Amino acid sequence: MSSQMDSQKDYGTPARESAKNVTLEIDGTQVTVTEGTSLIHAAMVAGISVPKLCATDSLEPFGSCRLCLVEIEGRRGFPASCTTPVAEGLKVHTQTPKLADIRRGVMELYISDHPLDCLTCATNGDCELQDMAGAVGLREVRYGYEGENHLKAEKDTSNPYFQFDPSKCIVCSRCVRACEEVQGTYALTIEGRGFESKVASGTENFLESECVSCGACVQACPTATLIEKTVIEHGVPEHSVTTTCAYCGVGCSFNAEMKGEEVVRMVPNKDGGANHGHSCVKGRFAWGYATHKDRITTPMIRKSIADPWTEVSWDEAINYAASEITRIQSKYGRESVGAITSSRCTNEEVYVVQKLVRAVFGSNNVDTCARVCHSPTGYGLKQTLGESAGTQTFDSVMKSDVIMIIGANPTDGHPVFGSQMKRRLREGAKLIIADPRAIDLVSSPHVKADYHLKLRPGTNVALISAMAHVIVTEGLVDEEFVKARCEWDSFVVWRDFVAKQENSPEALESELSISADEVRAAARLFATGGNAAIYYGLGVTEHSQGSTMVMGIANLAMATGNVGREGVGVNPLRGQNNVQGSCDMGSMPHEFPGYRHVSDDATRALFEAAWGRPLSNDPGLRIPNMLDMAIEGGFKALYCNGEDIAQSDPNTQHVTHALESMECVIVQDLFLNETAMYAHVFFPGASFLEKSGTFTNAERRISPVRRVMSPKNGYEDWEITAKLSNALGYPMNYKHASEIMDEVASLTPTFKGVSFKKLDELGSVQWPCNDEHPEGTPTMHIDEFVRGKGKFFITQYVPTTEKVNAKYPLILTTGRILSQYNVGAQTRRTENVAWHPEDLVEIHPHDAEDRGVNEGDWVGIASRAGETVLRAKITERVQPGVIYTTFHHPESGANVITTENSDWATNCPEFKVTAVQVTRVSQLSEWQRNYQEFSEEQIGFAQNPQTEERIE
Amino acid sequence: MTTTIFVPRDSSALSLGANKVAKLIKEEAAKRGVDVKIVRNGSRGMFWLEPMVEVATSTGRIAYGPVTPNDVASLFDNNFLTGGDHPLFLGLTDELPWLKKQERLTFARVGITDPISVDDYIAHDGYLGLKNALNITGAAIVQQVTDSGLRGRGGAAFPTGIKWKTVLDCVAEQKYIVCNADEGDSGTYSDRMIMEGDPLVLIEGMTIAGIAVGATQGYIYLRSEYPDALVVLNEAIANAYAAGYLGEDILGSGKRFDLEVRRAAGAYVCGEETSLLESLEGKRGIVRFKPPLPAIEGLFGKPTVVNNVISFASVPIIMDKGGEFYKNYGMGRSRGTLPIQLAGNIKHGGLVEKAFGITLRELLYDFGGGSASGRPIRAVQVGGPLGAYLPESQFDTPLDYEKFAELWAVLGHGGIVAFDDTVDMAKMARYAFEFCAIESCGKCTPCRIGSTRGVEVMDKIIAGTDHAKNIALVRDLSDTLLNGSLCALGGMTPYPVLSAINHFPEDFGLKNSGLADKAQAA
Repeated sequence: MSSQMDSQKDYGTPARESAKNVTLEIDGTQVTVTEGTSLIHAAMVAGISVPKLCATDSLEPFGSCRLCLVEIEGRRGFPASCTTPVAEGLKVHTQTPKLADIRRGVMELYISDHPLDCLTCATNGDCELQDMAGAVGLREVRYGYEGENHLKAEKDTSNPYFQFDPSKCIVCSRCVRACEEVQGTYALTIEGRGFESKVASGTENFLESECVSCGACVQACPTATLIEKTVIEHGVPEHSVTTTCAYCGVGCSFNAEMKGEEVVRMVPNKDGGANHGHSCVKGRFAWGYATHKDRITTPMIRKSIADPWTEVSWDEAINYAASEITRIQSKYGRESVGAITSSRCTNEEVYVVQKLVRAVFGSNNVDTCARVCHSPTGYGLKQTLGESAGTQTFDSVMKSDVIMIIGANPTDGHPVFGSQMKRRLREGAKLIIADPRAIDLVSSPHVKADYHLKLRPGTNVALISAMAHVIVTEGLVDEEFVKARCEWDSFVVWRDFVAKQENSPEALESELSISADEVRAAARLFATGGNAAIYYGLGVTEHSQGSTMVMGIANLAMATGNVGREGVGVNPLRGQNNVQGSCDMGSMPHEFPGYRHVSDDATRALFEAAWGRPLSNDPGLRIPNMLDMAIEGGFKALYCNGEDIAQSDPNTQHVTHALESMECVIVQDLFLNETAMYAHVFFPGASFLEKSGTFTNAERRISPVRRVMSPKNGYEDWEITAKLSNALGYPMNYKHASEIMDEVASLTPTFKGVSFKKLDELGSVQWPCNDEHPEGTPTMHIDEFVRGKGKFFITQYVPTTEKVNAKYPLILTTGRILSQYNVGAQTRRTENVAWHPEDLVEIHPHDAEDRGVNEGDWVGIASRAGETVLRAKITERVQPGVIYTTFHHPESGANVITTENSDWATNCPEFKVTAVQVTRVSQLSEWQRNYQEFSEEQIGFAQNPQTEERIE
Repeated sequence: MTTTIFVPRDSSALSLGANKVAKLIKEEAAKRGVDVKIVRNGSRGMFWLEPMVEVATSTGRIAYGPVTPNDVASLFDNNFLTGGDHPLFLGLTDELPWLKKQERLTFARVGITDPISVDDYIAHDGYLGLKNALNITGAAIVQQVTDSGLRGRGGAAFPTGIKWKTVLDCVAEQKYIVCNADEGDSGTYSDRMIMEGDPLVLIEGMTIAGIAVGATQGYIYLRSEYPDALVVLNEAIANAYAAGYLGEDILGSGKRFDLEVRRAAGAYVCGEETSLLESLEGKRGIVRFKPPLPAIEGLFGKPTVVNNVISFASVPIIMDKGGEFYKNYGMGRSRGTLPIQLAGNIKHGGLVEKAFGITLRELLYDFGGGSASGRPIRAVQVGGPLGAYLPESQFDTPLDYEKFAELWAVLGHGGIVAFDDTVDMAKMARYAFEFCAIESCGKCTPCRIGSTRGVEVMDKIIAGTDHAKNIALVRDLSDTLLNGSLCALGGMTPYPVLSAINHFPEDFGLKNSGLADKAQAA
């Protein structure tokens, strides 16, 4: 049914799924639709548009505007076509003289309480009320305009991005329903009744309310009542380009609505495979950073980080960088140079950077920021299931009966998917949350977790083993699945391991600090509740046993037969837009694109033939190795592409020490980020609005990124890398990003069928996309695992060495919040700061009381690595003994205190567990004071660069 | 020997001092050393006689009324305990013409029994219907109700049996029985009288409904302004539980039915069944669109029987005496009896239960005794604030759903409000809009905006501004409301408005209704 839908049209009500078709006649036209479809939707399928205002196909029918009334032969009255389902053989008339009278009568009432300012209204030409007044032929309002009205109702401009003007409201409730049905926040309601009915945010204004500024209400509003401030400012857009959001791993599709080269608004795309027309505050509104004044658009170089920057031409910057790389390699050896790619860059950009390293630098010294987030996912899922990727589509959750969330916070981190998950939970799916902290999903409107397993940070593996113990010892294993699909021997070893008494919930009760009964009940629900799906995030991976935990999750899914169909699976929620893609593109030191090891001779031969250069069979340096070697003196130059390791990586002091030890740090970014303060060459980058390419989201969906405006810096990022390569004597002569993807497809079996042309046709595609699956693979491992048989791994719990003691009695864990993104380089340069102007440290009332800490006090947080100071927020969201903070602001220095402990398999940092002490303080930490001084100086260097003329 | 004295606990009697009368009787009896037992019964429905005190004598119950506290001593003085003569002496209650002329099926026990006594209820043929129902299948119960011809007494007159069958045929793990006791129509009070005077008949009716359709939970959504009914209902429910007529195992049948009272939200529109369900679910009381029918997706999305108090209360006698018995009352497709409530400018206001077919004139004059003011009755509004006004020329219309529909009028919940010749029908038309504006839930546009505009246009008509244009506008607005509204609140507001204009054009400054002119123009 949905395939019949044209996203440019509004069908009034959502498509209905049914095996049964119904044929009826509308205005003499026969139309066949699925059972349950509304008349208005069926009419639209037949090409007949019925006037409407309260109906829109993103929302369930409501039946309030009374414009879409129709006549049905043999039935009395004038039923609303939005709320009346089709029936076999109906003869429906949508246009009769009587219907025209009723519609005109209704419209006359609407307009009797509406400002007559169409010509100066922000939605002039884009207003459904205006359209309907025209459609019904309203010619006069006989009531006059002196009657009771809402024309003087006050505007609410508190939200930084949109305005609420109740004088223009027609009380269709689309905003209220969007907030409920689409977003699931329930921030809006209708207050009062009858003529007094009005949309209200429950509090004084939108900003103070529960509103999460997702924009669903603005999108749903048929008038100018809820409207983007940018539309008020710039007017209605004139063209639109479909592209993909550059924020989180959900990968929402947006229409960039433009006026020339200026974005007027970003509107979520109804056809978006990941978001189906929904959005969050970041993607919808927080794109202003692309034109922020801090943006650097001219290349800069300098000899030393103590020097001011000098603005230079692109050629000079490129040649200087190339000469430095050549100089350093000839002086310190081939391995003294490396690169870091970013999960925020496109697949094509990542591909050319790793190609540059392997083919031109001649090493495998390329790593990616996934090192510090999802590297254990890649490792763990490859080992167990055979592919380093999530197994499902997002839509799969709509078929889940039990949802288990471990160490993820979907409503903040992956809000659009969080909303979809909430929809399923409201439909009755059960929810298990394993998290030390009470995330919103533990209890939010119409959603309540069945079990919140409030484990102590660092004990994930104990929990997964305890759950497995229950499943194995209580006979809840899906043996048929295991026998058919998995390596039986590995299962037996695992089964015998988890069945040991030491892995029982009772034995682990005090370690987890969760009652054994609760663990048992949750495990039983998971194993017996129907389709069970696991969603996890960095709360799983960023631990000393991150990889073990990922394997433990895969074990649990396999043992209960929850892999290989819709509604189940193992689903890593990727933090950044292109974590999946950057890993796919060979950005790890040991793997070529498509997760093929560099020591594999056949693969290497393939790439050597394609690239025309000999390639190293030695896995290169990981980021922590690069940093260590830099301090030791063996690593001297870094090409850091769109990444900010000085803020995002653990133990900041160590990172900055390493950067200071290098002779040439090349940073390519939009802004003078923290790493750039230690750089010698700055290549200004292009924002996602300024380039072509693809992003691959958490469900392996490759989506097009389309250039909607010229790069302010002059070049798309892959072009800069190509220029550097050319300067180093290795020609990269791609004319367009699509040619890079063509090369990827030619060299990578899972991408064989991917091309920009295909993406234009399908909108997006989920890899593997090849001859076998030309339109992609929504669900993986259906008949067999990628590795053949699924393999169980022993998950021996080894407590972290990062232990609490008298000196550091609390555990610090970290996370993120809705309005900010990652290191905040983008979101801090938008109005999103209205919601999160600074990072706070959450502390339990007991711990605060013990330390004499009051709400809003400055508190010092000291770990074995360092010390920083943040304001305290006292809340029972965290358990006693655990504190929590976010890391969106560099001056917070969250990573000054995190340690270098890391995952045993992948070196992913143990961000989620740091032993700390908290004390009330009166000033910033020494690190913060030094930081302030240093960053002010560096920003000054960039704001007042020397020009070449002045140097000469 | 103990003498039983009946002093009503019905709100109408209470508002006229019945509690004080009862207290004084008790004190006076004690003072005089007379042994009396006071039963707080329901009202017999003769409000001009309330508080009407009855005394059980060997010849039957003797009535005195209206009794004020000042009369108590003289009643004792005049030996009222043995039926002694007194200026307030009315004679044998059963022989009072008001009651004698009625056909009380649903109200058979109201005013006679102690409302909260299960024993008294059983002694007066109570729970015979339930016992029969427990012996037959749900489908057979539904068949009996269908055969009786009972139609929804809340106003919509939908055949109760058909509604029950829909719920019976739904497969669901939970079904509900919901009683709409949000009686809010002006001039109506029959629901309240049942709930205060014979709540067990409602409880029995709901229990039978539950057993019939397979619902195990019932709710009575009770008008918030009925505090006395709330008390009586809760006492009666508690007693029914204690006697095994409610709960897990009704009379050892293994069948379960639980019942509780929920206080309504205080909005007229919550008497509309879908907004009632929303309100009962704890949400804003706004109207749902149909389909889905509440019978299929009702309370909490489960199959639900929603019926009015009188509909449920009529079921026990149907199950006791059979559908045929009930069906033998009435006329046409209006079968059985209707509890009619006389109110407004009427000499004798009160409850009359009669088989369908009685005329308005018989009710207004033979029962009501004409207007209270003594002036000619000019108009009556039948069926609540959304019912049409009928002029004297239509007073010979028999009470019958179809006959009323032919006149573009409704019977509704059986409330009749009388107006004498001093009424200004233009003001009444304005009031209809005002009522709609006050009570509109605000969901649909015609009702939300149209009701307020209606008041404004009527003000212009009354003030004589652009008279012809505004009369035409009121007609057009009425048409929009009638055809465009989501529920009957907006959809029926045109009934009082247009009937007032059409039957009483002179009050609107018109020579005639204008309909002929309009037809000519067209």
